[in-house]
Amino acid sequence: MIATEDFIETAAELPKLTNEEIARYSRHLILPEVGMEGQQKLKAAKVLCVGTGGLGAPLALYLTAAGVGTIGLVDFDVVDESNLQRQIIHSQATVGKLKVDSAEIMLKGLNKNVNVVKHNTMLTSANALEIFKEYDVIADGTDNFQTRYLVNDACVLTGKPNAYGSIFRFEGQASVFATEEGPCYRCLYPEPPPPGLVPSCAEGGVLGILPGLVGVIQATEVIKLILGIGEPLIGRLLLVDALSMGFRTLKLRKNPECPACGTHEIKELIDYDQFCGIAPPTETGPLEVSSFANVAAVAEVDGIPQMSVEELKARWDKGDKPFVLDVREPHEYAIVNIGVPQIPLGTLTGRLSELPADKNAEIILQCKSGARSQKASLALKEAGYTNVHNLAGGILAWADRIDTSLPKY
Amino acid sequence: MKIHIPTPLRAFTDKQETVSVEGATVNEGLAALVATYPAMQANLYTPEGKLRSFVNVYLNEDDVRYLPGKEDSPVKADDELTIIPSIAGGACCLAGCCCR
Repeated sequence: MIATEDFIETAAELPKLTNEEIARYSRHLILPEVGMEGQQKLKAAKVLCVGTGGLGAPLALYLTAAGVGTIGLVDFDVVDESNLQRQIIHSQATVGKLKVDSAEIMLKGLNKNVNVVKHNTMLTSANALEIFKEYDVIADGTDNFQTRYLVNDACVLTGKPNAYGSIFRFEGQASVFATEEGPCYRCLYPEPPPPGLVPSCAEGGVLGILPGLVGVIQATEVIKLILGIGEPLIGRLLLVDALSMGFRTLKLRKNPECPACGTHEIKELIDYDQFCGIAPPTETGPLEVSSFANVAAVAEVDGIPQMSVEELKARWDKGDKPFVLDVREPHEYAIVNIGVPQIPLGTLTGRLSELPADKNAEIILQCKSGARSQKASLALKEAGYTNVHNLAGGILAWADRIDTSLPKY
Repeated sequence: MKIHIPTPLRAFTDKQETVSVEGATVNEGLAALVATYPAMQANLYTPEGKLRSFVNVYLNEDDVRYLPGKEDSPVKADDELTIIPSIAGGACCLAGCCCR
């Protein structure tokens, strides 16, 4: 509890509300738990939203509506039409714009009083501490493990609470990490998972509404932290299952051995790509196809010859009939395919009888962008097939360069 | 005991959200789960047979790692185990990262 004299002093330092603001926030002001002082605290608050995607969108919108004075946005991306299935801070009109610019338009449109600070950059070990120190609360709405650990460590080092939310398919998690007394993300997950542990892409995707649900939970936690009311999700992990509409909370403990918040062994930010076992992006290699549109053609990756879509087309045009196999999932095959047989990567090694009996026969493997088919190629090579090629760029490259009438997903 | 299966792993449990198994300890329960659904083995355990470090197992509300008996903690018939993978937006530790 805050002592009375501190309380008065704090109240005196808080920004005053204008008559227009008093009218705007009347539904807050008549809630005793918020009241004038609470609304002034919101006005004084500075919240950083890391990511303006599925989670960041509802988060920033509700915080802005609620009267949080300063909203920082970190994002380096541009709005793509495929974002609009869930990222409601962006709109048809801002497709192609920087996400921070697009988000600012929506936030200012919602509340003219909000001060939007745009950080059009990728959050890195080099800039995170500098950015975080300007804010009171950090809300992590990112989509990869490297940034999760980076945000966590930067929160611990700067002493800022992290309103955490995470989603996958139909499932969400939320918590408040890195408060003085509570656990941090590393207490829950001391080590990152190795990349690509299980070669399955069947599990991708996210129900568009789910980040709305989880992002609003994060926003609720941020507001509670600012106002100092209720019981924030400190030391608790909320699990959300949208399919069963089940909400459960589990206890989280502060790990005394935690290198971040326990032993304080981590005194500065590290290289999180390396920590997560992820190679920094290069200009070549099938894994980078989707992120780098113009990948230089390489002849071979890890001993697997790479075939271009042009080469396959030319082969077909002259009447060659090599065995081409699509290793995507059935629901992806249903979206678009190039008329070749299909066996999902996950079941491939159990269905070798469906491949040519001659292990020296030519086999060309295809997936969405060339990454899974590369894995499949390596698995077949391992199984004794000697003439396996990977179709570089997959069906996306085919749709881009051979048959532009095909949809891309 | 009842084991809650997270969505990424339901592909290996015939889409079952919860699986009921017999067992007197956490380890026995997980072993029974793997015996019924062998594809779970590689997802939960390292090749050396250790529970993967980024997969958290909870007995009711508590992280098994912090229980005195850890994975050998006794389990009653009406107890619930929950498997919690780390998830990060477009990625999940149990589903690879190739389809971002």
